[in-house]
Formats: sequence, structure tokens, C-alpha cells
Amino acid sequence: MSYIDIIPIGEVEETLLLFLKESIFQTFKIQTRIRNRRFNLSPVYDPIRNQYNSSGLLLELINDTPPDTLKVLGVTELDLFIPIFTFLFGEAQLNGIGALVSIHRLRNQFYGIPEDKELLRNRLLKEGIHELGHTFGLIHCFALKCVMKSSTYVEEIDQKSTYFCRACEQEVLRWQIEKNV
Amino acid sequence: MDNQSVSILVVDDEFSVRDSLYNWFKNEGYRVDTAENGMEALKKLQEGPWDIVLVDIKMPGMDGMELQRHIKKIDNTIIVIIITAYATVDTAVEAMKEGAYDYLSKPIDPDKLSILIRNAVNQRRLIAENIQLKQKVEELSLQDEIVGESPQIKKILEMIDTVAKTDATVMIRGESGTGKELVAQAIHGKSNRRYFPIISINCGAFPEGLLESELFGHEKGAFTGAQYKRKGKLEMANGGTLFFDEIGNITAKMQMDLLRVIETKQFTPLGSNKVINVDFRIIAATNSDLEKKVAEKEFREDLYYRLNVFSIQIPPLRERTADIPLIARYFLEKYARSMNKDVTDISPEAMKMLVQYNWPGNIRELRNTIERALVVVGEKNRIEPEDLNLLFLSKSNPPGDSLEEIEKAHVQRILEQSDWNISRSAEILKIDRVTLYNKIKKYGLQR
Repeated sequence: MSYIDIIPIGEVEETLLLFLKESIFQTFKIQTRIRNRRFNLSPVYDPIRNQYNSSGLLLELINDTPPDTLKVLGVTELDLFIPIFTFLFGEAQLNGIGALVSIHRLRNQFYGIPEDKELLRNRLLKEGIHELGHTFGLIHCFALKCVMKSSTYVEEIDQKSTYFCRACEQEVLRWQIEKNV
Repeated sequence: MDNQSVSILVVDDEFSVRDSLYNWFKNEGYRVDTAENGMEALKKLQEGPWDIVLVDIKMPGMDGMELQRHIKKIDNTIIVIIITAYATVDTAVEAMKEGAYDYLSKPIDPDKLSILIRNAVNQRRLIAENIQLKQKVEELSLQDEIVGESPQIKKILEMIDTVAKTDATVMIRGESGTGKELVAQAIHGKSNRRYFPIISINCGAFPEGLLESELFGHEKGAFTGAQYKRKGKLEMANGGTLFFDEIGNITAKMQMDLLRVIETKQFTPLGSNKVINVDFRIIAATNSDLEKKVAEKEFREDLYYRLNVFSIQIPPLRERTADIPLIARYFLEKYARSMNKDVTDISPEAMKMLVQYNWPGNIRELRNTIERALVVVGEKNRIEPEDLNLLFLSKSNPPGDSLEEIEKAHVQRILEQSDWNISRSAEILKIDRVTLYNKIKKYGLQR
């Protein structure tokens, strides 16, 4: 059996992880599990930007992956960046194994507005599915409600749904059939 | 333009920047490639068309500014976006003065990049569309041209050039078929309004109520039968030219409404309470004696003066016979091409007939004559007299209506057509030679 591993990086609320575990299984129909492991964050920390290098963290995330792991989704409270961009909500390997999502800028409090736990769960799920979608070979989609639509600010995440459009869904299915998952 | 059809080249000496942007654009579905330095970028630019090039301003060897200059030499329409660090923003501004589309400061806000690329793609699409449309307009405006080398036509062409540069209202006078609409199109085609439409309206073709609705448009339900909202020609001509043909035929009420529109550049569609502002140039045409109509109070004097700012009088074809061979050959070439016929010439005899004919229907009649001749010419590669359907031949004046005048013109035509060969002419006319001699004598016909 193959799994999508959900791996917390640093402290992450357990309720969020459990919610992701169940919802991602519902979306991809692939068994999910929460796998805990330790990370050495100092090599990916940039003290000038006070952010963590997403690409470095992604490489660290896929390191030492068990043979029954199909995909890995790292979930973190850390604020992510890559050198050219100010921040990232997440990063993934196109057609690869690893995906990473940050909760940091999904929280309302980051923008000075009151906490909304339901909204946060939704945003996290959308970004988690979105980044995992890239690992299934999906690129950004133009369908307004498709979860694969690109989001460069939180309001854009709120506008899309947690579902794939029909074309993206077909792509994921095709991938699974080809890989005999 | 979907993202797949947009090509982006990222030029930066830093691997991490190239790699990040490559992945980002790839995820967005763009066609993307990278270059490590200016030389590599130029090589890739030579290889294929690119829509957008992101250029790091600070690179070893050829810097971003220099690369941009080379890019603009290769293809001036490529959109260049400068990537810069905060310390070099001034240089980026300089680059924009030299034609860069915009600049991005490192680190780039993903949202800004997304919007910038989207806008750049839209701009590029609009530029491409604009070029295509301009080409189409040029092609269309070349569809028919004013042909002639007579002094009268040269004068008209000069007048067209002069008035086209202004926004003055033009009144074109001339007999039916002289090419008034062609002159109006030429004025529009040479004016600054040429990329907007020229809307023609034949005032003689509509009953009063319909002309009003045609001009002003109407709301749904404005009158019985108005099932849909319809835009009027005044609104359709916004930015362009409105050509009123047969302006002398409009009713008194329409004259008043039109005068108001010309003065205020505003109108209200039928059944609407919304005032619409419009901006158009007016060209009017008539073959009727407007001055007489003004004197007889059939045409408003104020409207007459509003329309008659710049007047162009087109002479009838019979007054510029020197242009007939040129015009005939122009139509021959045009229709032979469209009918796919290998007819390349008009015989001297046929041309002589064309020149001598009176052309009461002017250029329109000449055009129809050539078009018809091309249909009946068969396998021949030039038009002969028998292909022309000219009944009334006269050197100067059209024949009258009496049988005698028509017979005289017909006999003269046949004689000229057969080069005054009496036997052949008598054969064509189905009379004997003596009768033909009698008719020549009777009508005083001369070679």
C-alpha cells in the first residue's frame, strides 16, 4: 500500500493535521498518514529575512522517505521564501514526490484581522491539495473555482474551492492509473 | 492568448533566480527558458520569437541595459521587464526610459509578478491585434481607388488630401454613379479617423420613421416591432465618419433632428431617456440641386450651411473622357482577377466605343459594362466591341427619346464599330446597303 505522508515541520496544531489527513484522503482516495520526524532548520533559516528557505526545506523533507510513501506533504507554521520571491504559501516538485505548505500567511492574524479557525482550515486544505496537485503533474489552472488556480494572496485562496475542476481531476486519475496507484 | 502560447525568457546570472522563476512560470503554464548571461540570451533570442524577457540589470559582462538595447534591435515589440535590487532602482528607471515595460525589485512579490506578467501579455496581445487590424483597414481602404489623370480628377485628389486632414464637414456633389461614396471613403481613409468606422446611410432608401430609427437607434419596445434594443448609425459612427448619401431626400423633421445632432453632438435613441454623446465627422452627398431646394424652402438653409462647409464637385464621366481608358483598364484588371479570367486587354475598337459613349450612368455604368463584358467575353483574352452592351453611342450628347434620334445613334455606333465598312454594317443592321446610304445621308453621319 502507498501513502501520502503528512509531516509537521516544527509545532503544528494536531487538529489541523488530523483534518488534513482525512480531507486529503477524501480528495485523492489514497491512504494518508501523519508521520513525525525531526528537522534541522538552521541551514534553511535566513536571519536577514527572518524566513525559511522553502526549496532547502523541501529537499530536507523528501530526504529519507520510506519506500511505501507515494507523496509527502510538509506542513509548517514557518514563514517560507525562495530568494527571488518575498514569500511563498507553499512549494512542490512538479511530477515529484514532495510538497510543502506554510500556515504562517494563511492565518487572519497575520493581516491584523481576528482569527477564523474555519477559514484557516479551508485555506490550509486548499493549499495542501494545490501543492500535492503539482506532484501529480498538474500546472496552474484557469478555472476560477479549481483548487489548482494560482493564488498569490489569501483572498485569492478564498475565492477558489477545495475541488479539482473536471480536467484537473482527470489528470490526477490518469496519473494514478499510469503509476498503478 | 493562453499561457501556453506565451514565451518567456529569464536572463539572470544567479542560478537560484533562474531556477525559481523557471519553475514559477512553468507552473503557470507558460513556455519558459533561461539564459545565464547576455550572450546566451541573444543567441536564444535569435533562435525564435519571444514575447517577454525578464532581464537582471546587474550581470557580469553584458549588463541588463546593454542587453535591452540589443533585444530592441532584434524585435522592438518584445516586452522587457527589468529585475533589479533596491540599490539599482535608478538604473531600472533609466531602462524604462529606454523602452523597458516595467521593473521588479528583488525579492519579487509573487502577486506583483503575476499582475505584471498578465498585463504585459494583455498589452502584447493588444499590440498584435492592433497591427493586424490596421493592416486590415489599409487593405480594405485600398479596395477601390479613384482612378484618373485628368486635370479635374487631379484637382479632386488634391481637395481630398486637403480636407482629409481637417474635421470639416464635406458636401460631395455629382451625378448619380460618379463615385461620391468613393470620394467620401477616400477622405475618411486619409483622415485621423480612419481606424474608426465610416458608416454610410442612404437617406433616399428609408421611409421617415425607419430612417429615424436607423440613425438614432431604439430601445426594446420603443415602437411596434422593436423587439430588441438596437444601436443607431450615429452611435456606430462614434469616432469615425458618417456618410449621408442623397441628403437632399430627407424630410423636414429629419432635417431638424439632424441639425440638432450636428450642433450638439448628442442624441437620444427612440424610447430612451438617455442622452448619448457622439463624435463623428459628417460627409454628405447629393445629386439634387440643394440651392433650389433651399430657395423653395424644401431644405433648411441652416442645415445647408452646416453641411456645405467644404464642397467637392465630381464631374460626370463624359466631361473627362481622357480618364475612361484608365478606369476601364482598372475595372478590367479588378474583375478579371475576381472572376479568375485571363482577359488582359480591351481592343482598340472596343476602347474607342467606350471613350465615345456618353455614360449617363457614369462610372457605375462603366464598371457594370466591363463586368458584363467579362462575363460574355468567352475564351477570348481581350474585350471586343461585341462584348460591350452600349446601345446609345454619341460623341457628346445622349440621344433623345424620339425613334429618329435613337436610330441615328444606333446607326452611327454600328458604323464606327465596323470601321465604316458599309457592307458589314448593313449586314449587322439587317438592311441593304442602299438603305444604309440613305440613312447616312438623312442623318448627316460622318466618319
